[in-house]
This record gives sequence, C-alpha cells and structure tokens, in this order.
Amino acid sequence: MLIDVHAHFLHDRTPRADWRERNASRLRAGERVGITVHVASILGSWGLTSPTYFPSVADLRYANDFLLALQRDHPGRVRGYVTVNPNYTAESLSEIRRCLDAGMIGIKLAASRRADDPLLDPICRSAAERRVPVLQHIWQHRRRDYPGQEASDAHELAVLARRHPAVPFLLAHIGGGGDWLHSLPIIRDLPNVLVDLSGSGVDGGMLEACLAAVGVERLLWGCDLTIETGWAKLRYLRHLLSPAELELVGWRNAARIFPPGAFPGD
Amino acid sequence: MHIDVNAFVGAYPFRRVPGTSPDALLAAMDRVGLDEAWVSHLPGIFWRDPTEGNAWLLETTRRHPRLQPVPAVHPGLAHWDDTLARACDAGAPAVRADPTFYGIDPAGPGMRALAAACGAADMPLVLAVRLEDGRQRHPNDRAPELPASAVRALIRCDPSLRLLVTHADRPFIEEVHFGSTPAEAARIWWDICWIWGPPEDHLQTLLGTIGSPRFVVGTGQPLRLPENAGAKLDLLDLTVEERAALEAANAASLRRPWPR
Repeated sequence: MLIDVHAHFLHDRTPRADWRERNASRLRAGERVGITVHVASILGSWGLTSPTYFPSVADLRYANDFLLALQRDHPGRVRGYVTVNPNYTAESLSEIRRCLDAGMIGIKLAASRRADDPLLDPICRSAAERRVPVLQHIWQHRRRDYPGQEASDAHELAVLARRHPAVPFLLAHIGGGGDWLHSLPIIRDLPNVLVDLSGSGVDGGMLEACLAAVGVERLLWGCDLTIETGWAKLRYLRHLLSPAELELVGWRNAARIFPPGAFPGD
Repeated sequence: MHIDVNAFVGAYPFRRVPGTSPDALLAAMDRVGLDEAWVSHLPGIFWRDPTEGNAWLLETTRRHPRLQPVPAVHPGLAHWDDTLARACDAGAPAVRADPTFYGIDPAGPGMRALAAACGAADMPLVLAVRLEDGRQRHPNDRAPELPASAVRALIRCDPSLRLLVTHADRPFIEEVHFGSTPAEAARIWWDICWIWGPPEDHLQTLLGTIGSPRFVVGTGQPLRLPENAGAKLDLLDLTVEERAALEAANAASLRRPWPR
C-alpha cells in the first residue's frame, strides 16, 4: 500500500484546457509508481473565477463537488480533503460537514488566512469532532508576504497545533519551496504535526533532516505537483529505512491519522 | 552506459549537504546505476578565483576514472585562455562558467570571448541556470539566476560553440530553443534535472516539441537526489533507443568534434 497524502486534481472550470489530460496523467503515473490512494484537494477554480489561495465559497463548493464525484468514479483510489476558506466561517463549517458526510477524509487549508489566526479555531474544532486531519499549506520560512496568498510558515502552524492538540496537522510539502531547515526544528516537539514530504524539491540531505527532526513515525509520503520527485524520495527512503519503517512513511502513518476505514484494507 | 552530466564534488557553502566527497558520489552513482559523472568543483563556484579548485578536481578525477572533470573558467581573470587550454589537454568533456556567481555580465564581453574560445577549441561550455530553488537560498546567496537571454546571446557568438545548460525548466528551455535558429538550437544540450514530469508532463512535452537529441541526464547531485532522474525517465513511455540516447548517447555526442 502506498498513500499520496498531497495530490491535486483539476476540473472544467479552471484555467486549464488540458485538465482531463492532467488528471489522467496523475492517475497513470500513480499506477506506475504504485500509489494505492491519492488523497487530493482542489483549490476552488485555480484562479479562474476567484484567486487560487482566496477561493470564493461558490468555487470551493463546485471544486469539492467535483472531487466527491472523482471519489465516486475511482472508489478506493481517490479520497478527498474538503477545501475551505476560513474567512467564511459559517460556510466553511457547513461545507466541512457536507463533504465529510459525503465521504471526504480530511480538511485542506491553503493560504486564505494565517494559520495562527483565531478564525481557524472553529475549523479545527470541527476537525477534532470529526477526527480528521488538517493539511495546512506552508511556505517554509516565509520572510515576507507574497502576492496572491496569505501564506503561513511552521511558526504559525505550531501556534495553531498547540491550541488544538487533538488534531493531527500535516505541514504541507516540505520540499515545496522555502527553507525547510527553518521549519523542522519548530515542529520537533509537537507530536500532532506531521511532515508531508511532497514538493518538487529533492534536496540532498532533506530527508535525513526530516528523520532527525521528527522521526519516522511523523513522516508522510506525498507528491503534490510532481510525481517524479515523490518517486525519487521513495526510492531514496528505501536506502535510508528498513522495510517496516518504509511502510510507516508510505502508508501506516497516514492510516493512523485519517479516519478508520479511509483506505482500502485499512 | 549511463552518464550524469551534472554532478558536483566538494562542500556547499550555504548548507550542510551529505555525500559531497568523491567516494560518496561514487557510492550514490552505484546506488542509482550511473556509470560516469561529469563533475564540477562545487565550492570553487563561490570562490573569487574559481579556477583554484581545478587542480584538485583534475587530480581527483585522475584517481577515479568514472568521474570526468568539468573545470571552471572565469573569463574575467587574467590568463583564462590558459585555463581553457589546460582543460583541453586534460581531456575534460566540458568546462563550466558561472557568470552570475562570479559577478560578471552573463552575456558581456568576457563571456562572449569565452564562448568563442570554447567554440574554437571544440570544448562544450556548461552553464547552470541555478543550483538551488530560489525560494530556499541562503539570505546572503544572492547571485541572480542565469537569464535565458544570455544563453541566446552566447550561442550566437560562435558557430561552433556547443552549450550544455543545466537546471533549466520548461519555460526557459522553450524561450531559448524557439528564440534561436535551428542551427543554433542544435548546438544546445539541456539536462533534465529541473524539468517536471507528470502530471504536468513538461519533459514529455519537450521531448515531443524540441526532440530527444537535445536532452541529457543530469542530476545535480549531491545537492539533489540522483534518484530523481531515473524516476523521471521511468515515468515516460520511451523506446529502448530513446532511453539509451538520453542516458548516454546524447551526452557522448557532446564529446565528438563539431563538424565545421
């Protein structure tokens, strides 16, 4: 079993005319790598009718519906995070309820509101009640504000994670841009924060640093936008880890934090 | 035969990187099935005189025949033509210059002179677009990335110049390739180190639009995991011949004299 905890899909109301090809390419590459389950999110309209990181309620609902349909089309192979914009509290809570009831297994928070903001608290309380993890988009060491997103870094996620110790948080894409060396020591002593290994970065020394910082039981394998980098990390992990440890990173840690029955044979 | 045209030995000044010794590089090559690597002296890129790393590089590669030296040439320093001549005498497959790290104009008179001299000497010139993701670089690691305009300018300097450009992404490659004449573009080789695979399928697209003869396997190791190159190729639908070309034959073609 191999679980990609950080996948994305596109749909017909995004800027991408090739959305079908990209979705098919992800699934095809996943077959070659041996990915059993893609745990995915869709960030609204990916910028077509509202900004990618500040998606409108309507765009989120359409995207979440598309992902639910994808789950139904690929049972056992695609599972969903419900993506919400915390600036719309009531709508977010309602959307979380709706999508988890329909079979999604986690909550995705992108970069609509800083992770340490109190507006995230009701969402995290909802995650605790439903016993689902929260995947928080992270810019590793955000030194300034970047246009188009209110990104958070590990410091801000740590504040949130301390306020909600019962919720498992995924620190998104450690290889996805920014200074990962800055993030790792911040979360070292926070057992409810796990490191998602996805991202296009395949830096030498990064996986060793992740292991040293949080240990093998808090690492989760994933790809994000580049499946080949995920596969490269998996191949290198085979060199670093025992088979039992590799299973932890490849799926057992994920099975531990997602709801029971989220994955086939789980 | 599997050739990595983009590897380094020696410490990186901006963070601790495991596996920078020649022995560690050879072990990593064994791990991923690489027979030969073209190696540059990593710390030298950041030295005021980057050619001071060449002697060690040449000595090290003499002791390890699977490692082929890519000496540095700084066209802003006196007697750089002697450095180029020594690289030719040593049988190096290529020389490299990193103008933005040297603090010189990447398309200025010095680089143009070097480009012409490399063309005259039949010596491929290696240019790296970047070494690390710009979003993670050390705050004091401020050299600009190599601009695509510089590659276009340099390839026009001499009709015999051959360039090997590493760490370029799809937009960069397309800008240079389609901003050059077919004859110019045929003298540029690109390593696959920074090109995305599925689901975006940038590499598959480029192989179709630009052609597989222009691409070679480069890893950027040990700054990057060498496993990435094999994973990327394994996700493509390549014929045996296409794969062999990417893994060795295209790089070998760089070592042959350019027909004049």
